Amino acid sequence: MKIAVCISQVPDTATRIKIGADHKSIDPSGVTFIINPYDEFAIEEALKIKEKIGGDSLVYVISVGDDSVKETLRKALAMGADEAILLKASNQKDSFGIAKALSEEIKNLGCELVFTGKQSVDFDSGITGQLIAEMLDYNCVSVVVEFKLDGNKIIAEREIEGGREIVETELPAVITAQKGLNEPRYASLKGIMAAKKKIILEKPAIDFNGFTEILNLHLPPSKQPGRILGTDKSAVPELVRLLREEAKVI
Amino acid sequence: MAEKILAVLEQREGSLKKVSFEAASVAVNIANQLGLSAEALVVGSEINNLSELSKFGISKLTHLRHEQLNNYSPTAYSDVIASYANENGAKVLIFPNTAMGVDLAPRVAVKLNSGIMMDCMKLEVKDNDIVATRPVYAGKALIDLKLKSEIKIFTIRPNVFKPQTVNSTSVDIEVRTVENPNLKTRVTAFKKSEGKLDVAEADIIVSGGRGMKGPENFHLIEELAEVLGAAVGASRAVVDAGWRQHREQVGQTGKTVSPSLYIACGISGAIQHLAGMSSSKYIVAINKDKDAPIFNVADYGIAGDVFEILPALTDEIKKLKS
Repeated sequence: MKIAVCISQVPDTATRIKIGADHKSIDPSGVTFIINPYDEFAIEEALKIKEKIGGDSLVYVISVGDDSVKETLRKALAMGADEAILLKASNQKDSFGIAKALSEEIKNLGCELVFTGKQSVDFDSGITGQLIAEMLDYNCVSVVVEFKLDGNKIIAEREIEGGREIVETELPAVITAQKGLNEPRYASLKGIMAAKKKIILEKPAIDFNGFTEILNLHLPPSKQPGRILGTDKSAVPELVRLLREEAKVI
Repeated sequence: MAEKILAVLEQREGSLKKVSFEAASVAVNIANQLGLSAEALVVGSEINNLSELSKFGISKLTHLRHEQLNNYSPTAYSDVIASYANENGAKVLIFPNTAMGVDLAPRVAVKLNSGIMMDCMKLEVKDNDIVATRPVYAGKALIDLKLKSEIKIFTIRPNVFKPQTVNSTSVDIEVRTVENPNLKTRVTAFKKSEGKLDVAEADIIVSGGRGMKGPENFHLIEELAEVLGAAVGASRAVVDAGWRQHREQVGQTGKTVSPSLYIACGISGAIQHLAGMSSSKYIVAINKDKDAPIFNVADYGIAGDVFEILPALTDEIKKLKS
């Protein structure tokens, strides 16, 4: 079986965001880029499925972006993915545009099972997987914390408010990974060496950027530091009074 | 046929969720400004509180009904919502940004070839178009944008848009029976988690961090949450340490929340945590270290020992409530 994993590259979560001069994107200077944390769970699950079903299964990792994304693709190869594809795009695409590019490539490759992170921790939309599924007319389960594949049949658990839904469906399908699905492996030295020799296939992404027009990227209004009411429990009655009378939240 | 704004409501176990009223109110508000009509749509089986919608100015509600659609099915729900939107000239669709909304709205967007913007915190009408503002990088920045497609979909963050009530008396409810729902993907069961309230939906959150010193001390957090009717949250450090479950995690790799009140206990305030909670309306910080970054975003702070302050706070609120 051919399995695709769609990954993205994001600023490290410890990054302090600075607004770029165009007021439409961030200033990338000094920013460390990492693999989107949720995509690591997606890669791990794909590798586990490949190991389980064996045969001539292949895991493809695909990303949309510029040359800088190669480093992240290489990390996925080092974890054990078989082939990497970079869909090159210089223009900024919205989720719709990215999903369109990825779904075209998944169709070309003929992958029946697709994994991706439940969201990219940059734009945080959390919809790329569902968009891909709908574009390909595949089934989809999002925010998955348990995944079982038995022949064609899928039983997955997805996280929702206050609990988990058990979802049943079948291949072909897109699964979006939530933290808790598995423990992503570390790349072995052998894996890292092998990944250096692998070729990252580069192709132009389809020329469709989506429907979004960015007007302005800005920082949230900065908050005035509040009042320290005390250093022990004698401050508690005053805190409760303020929450009740000033903030009116309790 | 008049062009419409459609609020797609969410029901669980036969009741409309609170965020459904928020979506309805947003639809009415935008429709009034754009000179469109606002209607609501809900998919499900028996639903008990539909008449409450009249309070929010919705005059017409369509209930797409089938007994097998009480539980969510991405394939069936997206099919029937997209067909309804197409047949009825919906130009704008508003969904709640809930687990269901995030799964469902993008599928409807592809079927309608419409642009989609998730997790909006503000929707304004400017020059006869809708400008959406949403958080990016878990709230470290905000972005204003427009959609260029003919049909537009927005999802709204729960708890942010306060429903506005109007003096209206009735809502015209039309029930349509769904024929042969497409159940290719379907929810077959729901496993309720132990915690009572989810951080993503709660109006008050009491969160604990490494300063709680161990999982055995979280009963102090739970007791305060209990008296406040609040959800329990956690920092990444304590989730990574296995003290609490990931579903409670607030921050960039957990949930981004905007409750009315957020009480941070023993949380120093790493940047990825602050990103996830600093849009809360009021923030209280309890932490021994008076220089902890959490105090920079807190409205009220006590720079003291959580083990002394938490029980006192729980008692004080108990007194207030009795």
